[in-house]
Amino acid sequence: MTNHWVDIKNADVILIMGGNAAEAHPCGFKWVTEAKAHNNARLIVVDPRFTRSASVADFYAPIRTGTDIVFLGGVIRYLLENDKIQHEYVRNYTDLSFIVREDFDFEDGLYSGYDEETRRYDTSSWDYELGEDGYVKTDPSLQHPRSVYQLLKKHYERYTPEMVSRVCGTPEDKFLKVCEMLASTATPDRAGTILYALGWTQHSIGSQIIRTGAMVQLLLGNIGIAGGGMNALRGHSNIQGLTDIGLMSNLLPGYLTLPVDEEQTYQSYLDKRAQQPLRPNQLSYWQNYGKFHVSLMKAWWGDAAHEGNDWAYHYLPKMDRPYDMLQAYELMHQGKMHGYICQGFNPLAAAPYKAKLLEAFSKLKYMVIMDPLVTETSEFWRNVGEYNDVDSSSIQTEVIRLPTTCFAEEEGALVSSGRWLQWHWKGAEPPGEAKSDIEIMARLYQRIRALYEEEGGTFPDPIVDLYWPYAVPDNPSAAELAKEMNGRALVDLVEEIDPSRPARVLRKAGEQLSGFGELRDDGSTLAGCWIYTGSWTEQGNQMARRDNSDPTGIGQTLNWAWAWPANRRILYNRASADVSGRPFDPRRPVVYWNGSRWVGADTPDYKADEHPAGGMGPFIMNPEGVARFFARRGMAEGPFPVHYEPFETPVGYNPLYPENKLAVNNPAARIFEQDLASMGTVDQFPHVGTTYRLTEHFHYWTKHVRLNAILQPEQFVEIGEALANELGIAHGERVKVSSNRGYIKAVAVVTKRIKALTVEGKTVHQVGIPLHWGFVGLAKPGFLANTLTPPVGDGNTNTPEFKSFLVKVEKLGA
Amino acid sequence: MLKVSRRQFFKVTGSTLAGSSLTLLGAAPAPAMAEVRQYKLARMTETRNTCPYCSVACGVLMYGLGDGAKNAHARIVHIEGDPDHPVNRGTLCPKGAGLTDFINSPNRLKYPEYRAPGSDKWERISWDDAIDRVARLMKEDRDANFIQRTEDGKVVNRWLTTGMLAASASPNEVAYITHKVFRSLGGLAFDNQARV
Repeated sequence: MTNHWVDIKNADVILIMGGNAAEAHPCGFKWVTEAKAHNNARLIVVDPRFTRSASVADFYAPIRTGTDIVFLGGVIRYLLENDKIQHEYVRNYTDLSFIVREDFDFEDGLYSGYDEETRRYDTSSWDYELGEDGYVKTDPSLQHPRSVYQLLKKHYERYTPEMVSRVCGTPEDKFLKVCEMLASTATPDRAGTILYALGWTQHSIGSQIIRTGAMVQLLLGNIGIAGGGMNALRGHSNIQGLTDIGLMSNLLPGYLTLPVDEEQTYQSYLDKRAQQPLRPNQLSYWQNYGKFHVSLMKAWWGDAAHEGNDWAYHYLPKMDRPYDMLQAYELMHQGKMHGYICQGFNPLAAAPYKAKLLEAFSKLKYMVIMDPLVTETSEFWRNVGEYNDVDSSSIQTEVIRLPTTCFAEEEGALVSSGRWLQWHWKGAEPPGEAKSDIEIMARLYQRIRALYEEEGGTFPDPIVDLYWPYAVPDNPSAAELAKEMNGRALVDLVEEIDPSRPARVLRKAGEQLSGFGELRDDGSTLAGCWIYTGSWTEQGNQMARRDNSDPTGIGQTLNWAWAWPANRRILYNRASADVSGRPFDPRRPVVYWNGSRWVGADTPDYKADEHPAGGMGPFIMNPEGVARFFARRGMAEGPFPVHYEPFETPVGYNPLYPENKLAVNNPAARIFEQDLASMGTVDQFPHVGTTYRLTEHFHYWTKHVRLNAILQPEQFVEIGEALANELGIAHGERVKVSSNRGYIKAVAVVTKRIKALTVEGKTVHQVGIPLHWGFVGLAKPGFLANTLTPPVGDGNTNTPEFKSFLVKVEKLGA
Repeated sequence: MLKVSRRQFFKVTGSTLAGSSLTLLGAAPAPAMAEVRQYKLARMTETRNTCPYCSVACGVLMYGLGDGAKNAHARIVHIEGDPDHPVNRGTLCPKGAGLTDFINSPNRLKYPEYRAPGSDKWERISWDDAIDRVARLMKEDRDANFIQRTEDGKVVNRWLTTGMLAASASPNEVAYITHKVFRSLGGLAFDNQARV
């Protein structure tokens, strides 16, 4: 979230699209009802199903799953056409006036530089035009034909209300009503927020759907203000924290990134990341990349990382391509991956195309499980009849399963969707011999290090040199690790700036740092995750703070826990004030210029003493200082979002570019050969499937929880009345739902909540598939929903397309 | 005999007989069905925690048996929303309301276990044996398959033949040490739940 849960109460208009907060985030959704009750807010829900969020909405519009870019692109067109944009905001805080290179082009659904063979773009033309001074050329009048404004306008010309209705199945009048409601927030005194979740993420064009939403918010001037923002409602309690700390194929802590093969020297790695300003007097905060990186390397390798060896740059693995989950399963399936460790993660249930996963896991030499609960993954080799029909004796994988503590039995911090780091305490002993994941990882590491020390082996250096200063090496405390992430001074830090007077010691050796501004790139500081610097200072554990006072009344509670970065609660909050530093909306100011400093209800997301007249932009992480409509080379599919059909499309062509076969599905999405062959077609699988959560269950965990297993004991699917009538299925009868990759059987809930849509003149039936059942647990055994789902991911993140695929619903004989 | 309900009893004692005790009155109030219940949790140990399910991150209060003494086995018997928490303000959803049953689920894992190749069952093993075996398997695989240089001579120092998935509900501190250890081995096939 750019903002946070309580801030939703400040909104005037709330759009829930690609999510269902009332059921998936019930206690956060309370702030939507708060906004409705006390701020006269209007709630809009756009969803394939009439969800419980929709049931309390002021306005609901149906949509075909996977067509959100058409809908939102239509909103962009509407806003531009009807001049419903926040002029001062877009002129000064976005790139609309920037000029794009002459060789940039978009033709019939594809951008310039496409290579059909590799399914990749040469992205060199996707950039701004630079002047002789090295800065981007601009045209403040926005009239230049290659200004981002003109290109944007042209790009979305095609996304007419008629097109929206034709592709999304949303009736034109309903679409226009949504546009009108959103457009009401283009004035500086009205705020609109967007709440989304995996209903946007889990598509082969998921990242671009989210970008389109962000573009709508920028046009309306809704980013950086109270009651605004782009708010990803994250699905798990610490999925934000694990991402912050970089537990992903390509990341390092604090959104630093791993080097690629070509970056053979530290300098070449750094040059690419420490971006220089693209406009005069911009902060371009990533210029400080080296300070964050060197401090991380000191936290990981201590004295073994020094200037003489480029801070142990060669200890970091180099990437030749992404090694995300889908790539890992492909390697496993080819017999090229031998070991797999699953810590609190159940991929047999959580990843697509179960049949392939079973084959892949069966080829492993070993699998290690760390979990508080029994998971399907840990027992993938067990025959459970139709639910998991395998031959145990033919599976040669060795499986070691280690019991872990759960939340109640450990302490530490979880990061909420609003980026709050909240400390929690241990209240019970774990069952049996279960141990914390910290102790398991530490013991495992100690054992591996001992083996390397005793017997040698391949490149033992980064293992034996790992910085391990913990009091009990086999079981570091959460406090020790949290303090290491925050960072400390390794030597006395001396003031650098003023040579005329005696140097002042700013921070003594060994002291905790209070902010990432103190980090240095000369090896004198250590910090395991720079964006968390400030979370555990000399004043103690800031994440454990419990003062819930809210002096400004806009819900900021700055002394409750701690938010990254720098305890900022609303990102880009400089944009809540006009060019001169006065709040756009005096009723709910976030930060403002008081004549000498930026002050207000939040930590300014800006240089605190920067005079507004200097023209520094509010988007300080971007080298241009402003927000981007034109993504430059940042997205695999191109600088402006384009609609592409799901890989399993009920239409069969792209209605926006019907003649271009290359533009049917995401042209830049990676897909493996065997996976492509697993895709079904609409003639065999005529219905559109989409998966989701229920309010009574959490993923695959709560089927082990008695109360929840009682509330929702048995697997079901939801089908609309029209489809039920067509197939002769009565409410409560059993059905079989198949895709080209397998089938599930479940009870049919025949409902008015899913209506048939008319798309390109044809009727499309959508089928709702809740995902919570499996072959272990206290609930009735069921089929893993991901038996059905397609193994293709988003073009940028490789998040699987769980939300749009083709199925066939059949009635099961009595 | 004086018959008085609990409510009348308090009214009487409060207004006219302040300072009197039950025994002095010589009559106990009859049990009332609507009486305010004794606060049973008062004698338990209260611990503050965060709901481990979605990312609203509701504050919860856990009530446990045991007072922290060495020989007392702490066990959670009740969980409710933390009324001081600025986001959930004491509320919990149907998932959070069932948290006690998560902690005490019969499907919690209790011991390290081993499934041999071709087997259809688990065998209980010791922690030492489990850690030794995993360390040995990882080292063997790493030593045999670690790539120090590409064919064209680039230094890449990566290990691709063992992958790891990290949890989505474990605290930051688990995440951090997991990342530190796995990257020191050169691992690249490394993801968390955010990927899906």
